[in-house]
Amino acid sequence: MKKNNPISRLELANITKQYPGCLANDNISITLMPGEIHALLGENGAGKSTLVKTIYGIVAPDKGDIIWDGKEVSIKSPSVARDLGIGMVFQHFSLFETMTVSQNIELCLSKIQLNKIGDLAKRITQLSEEYGLNVDPNRYVHSLSIGERQRVEIMRCLVQSVKLLILDEPTSVLTPQEVSGLFNVLRTLSKEGCSILFISHKLHEVTEVCHKATILRGGKVVDTCIPSEETPATIAKMMVGDLADQDAGYSKKEGTITVFNVTDLSLPSKQPFGTELKNINFDLKAGEILGIAGVAGNGQDELMAIISGEDERNVKNAFTLGKLKIGHLHAGERRQLGMAYVPEERLGRGAVPDMSLTENTLLTHSTGFVKNGLVQWQSIKEYTSELISKYKVKCHGEFSEAQSLSGGNLQKFIMGREIGQHPKVLICAHPTWGVDVGAALAIHQALLELRDQGAAILLISEDIDELFLLADRMAAVCDGYLSPLIKTEETNIDQIGQWMAGTFINTAVQEAQA
Amino acid sequence: MDADLIVQILFAAIKTGTPLLFIALGEVICEKSGVLNLGQEGMMLMGAVVGFLAAYGSGNMGFGILAAMAMGSIMSLIFAVLVLHIGANQVATGLALTIFGTGLSAFIGADFVGQTIQGFQPIAIPLLSDIPYVGRILFSHDILVYFSFFMTALLVYVVNKTRIGLTLKAVGENPHAANAIGIKVLRVRYLSVMFGGAMAGTAGAYMSLVYTPMWVEGMTAGRGWIALALVVFASWRVGRIMLGAYLFGLASIMHLVLQGLGWSISPNLLAMLPYVATVLVMVIIGADHFKEKLLAPRSLGKPFNPRNMA
Repeated sequence: MKKNNPISRLELANITKQYPGCLANDNISITLMPGEIHALLGENGAGKSTLVKTIYGIVAPDKGDIIWDGKEVSIKSPSVARDLGIGMVFQHFSLFETMTVSQNIELCLSKIQLNKIGDLAKRITQLSEEYGLNVDPNRYVHSLSIGERQRVEIMRCLVQSVKLLILDEPTSVLTPQEVSGLFNVLRTLSKEGCSILFISHKLHEVTEVCHKATILRGGKVVDTCIPSEETPATIAKMMVGDLADQDAGYSKKEGTITVFNVTDLSLPSKQPFGTELKNINFDLKAGEILGIAGVAGNGQDELMAIISGEDERNVKNAFTLGKLKIGHLHAGERRQLGMAYVPEERLGRGAVPDMSLTENTLLTHSTGFVKNGLVQWQSIKEYTSELISKYKVKCHGEFSEAQSLSGGNLQKFIMGREIGQHPKVLICAHPTWGVDVGAALAIHQALLELRDQGAAILLISEDIDELFLLADRMAAVCDGYLSPLIKTEETNIDQIGQWMAGTFINTAVQEAQA
Repeated sequence: MDADLIVQILFAAIKTGTPLLFIALGEVICEKSGVLNLGQEGMMLMGAVVGFLAAYGSGNMGFGILAAMAMGSIMSLIFAVLVLHIGANQVATGLALTIFGTGLSAFIGADFVGQTIQGFQPIAIPLLSDIPYVGRILFSHDILVYFSFFMTALLVYVVNKTRIGLTLKAVGENPHAANAIGIKVLRVRYLSVMFGGAMAGTAGAYMSLVYTPMWVEGMTAGRGWIALALVVFASWRVGRIMLGAYLFGLASIMHLVLQGLGWSISPNLLAMLPYVATVLVMVIIGADHFKEKLLAPRSLGKPFNPRNMA
């Protein structure tokens, strides 16, 4: 199809979807031309996911029409969408780890498509070269990195010769180098006439690669723009409305004395597809934020689990808090010594889903609210409502179940609860993952305030922008190795990006051998 | 011990292992789709009693087997509706199914206890059964044993070589992803569970029509549970299930063998062997968590409801 074809590839007209208690999509109309890269922007809960799920046939709209290549269609299921030529790459990949790349792709194809293709492995190799995807059809998915998996998902769509590719936050899990590789693929596809719908939180990426953008807020289209004519700041303003005094650029601090030390930590993985930690050393000083960057699955989860004590293996001499060796203590004892944690998984690790906020507060504050062996419910209730108002947690009250809160609100609550213990050391993983701009700002400020009070903070995040914004010193993990530590002012995104890809490992290994 | 005795022991091991093989083949398919059905014992008993009654009443053995298969499927359908559609807990529902089947089969069969029928006669396969030793061990059985050979071969092929097998594996590993690419997860699970039920029914019919051609209350004697262990022992690989079933079969007849050799160990102690073996296998495999996690279907025992996919 030519680029100047006047018929739009996809037209959404007045799409409306009502969920109980929430109008997810309110009269949304969007038009996509062939070959257009169209960004869908908005805070969490703005209705982006619901909208793309409607296009892909997972969610049925209550009202509205979908017009595909000039004809009105009803997309009842993902297979109907695929038959039309719509492909989607999910935020959480829909790959099967115990199968090969080729088997994964085969499962998505109908018998007819398979017959047309003939030798699937050959076709994959051919497409892989054509688009520079670098996908080996015979490898097992569990042995692939996150970036490679994403390319398998894209390959899955390419094999079916898609006309519209939907990408849900595709770059959130990639290193900067992988991101630019992805953009090259997208540009090639666009030139061939494939339309792309691109959901992202990262505005500079949108301005870099997208032709058009639609901004959603509260389920409505609030604005459209041509990203190349805007800056990330102006787009951010459209997304959040009025409260955008973002990107303030926080002051950097230098830590004072070392409060927490990790020495020669090496640990085999307990999970089949986990990462082995290899000789990790770092020190964490009072009054600083140490940021650890890295693509997901490079040892962050394992590091977090062993530091928090959730992984119960004895590493007595690896951890020093003040002058105390604490590697043999269990999680509760470490908490009593002044360590606090905010895990990545909010429901299930950070909070118990079907317990109230009050009860969840009690979980990590056990010493303060127990008198003569009895729980002081009145004071813990008061404390919980203080937390709720201080951190502006949107909920019905301190009796709300943790699972009834949205991800961002629950995260604010958990951060508040942990900070409220005045920890000496706070370990937190992905504190603003999936959190909207307003809540992220509140969480950032809470972290900085805690740092200024003299706490040592270890911040593990995949969001490299956030790390540059908050961290005073930085490092990266790759394949279970930790890079050297460097002051944030003395490094740049390229160097950290290369560290995330593992360029420091060879020198580190050589030094260890010498 | 002479060669003749060894041939007899191995022949008997296959015969004893066959009901285990049937149930375990059904259960492995069920578990590969991500559903854990602990109701094997109940489905097997219902298959045994209904198979016996049908064959006794009609005088037709084939009809008995079909009736047992149908009964097993119906039992598993009850289970499937409860856990797949209504979202009941799989473990509790499976246990309930076993208790239900045990009680109901005893009730239905009460008047027929001790009646006997003429069981299946062995069919020696021409030529193959003439092979020295092997022919007598493998090719001088009744028709259901040959059917179990055939089913094993068929399932090895289907699971490892076909798209159906790939779909099954996909559903068991990640039902959400499978749903997203357009596989009808619940349909796959219903069919897998019902296949498991039919196989458990067949195993029951084997017990009451072939192994001991009569109906006795609780005659399956825990074989449904052993089969569950067998699936783990075989690490969810169909081919290995056959080997495991015959090893357990061998353990079950060890007391007869040792008695025959004149060892004076209490037969009651020896009769424990297959159950002790089951416990040991579970302990050995359970000790290696790493491996178990790697091999088990990821979504095993976890419910999936497509309507919750908002």
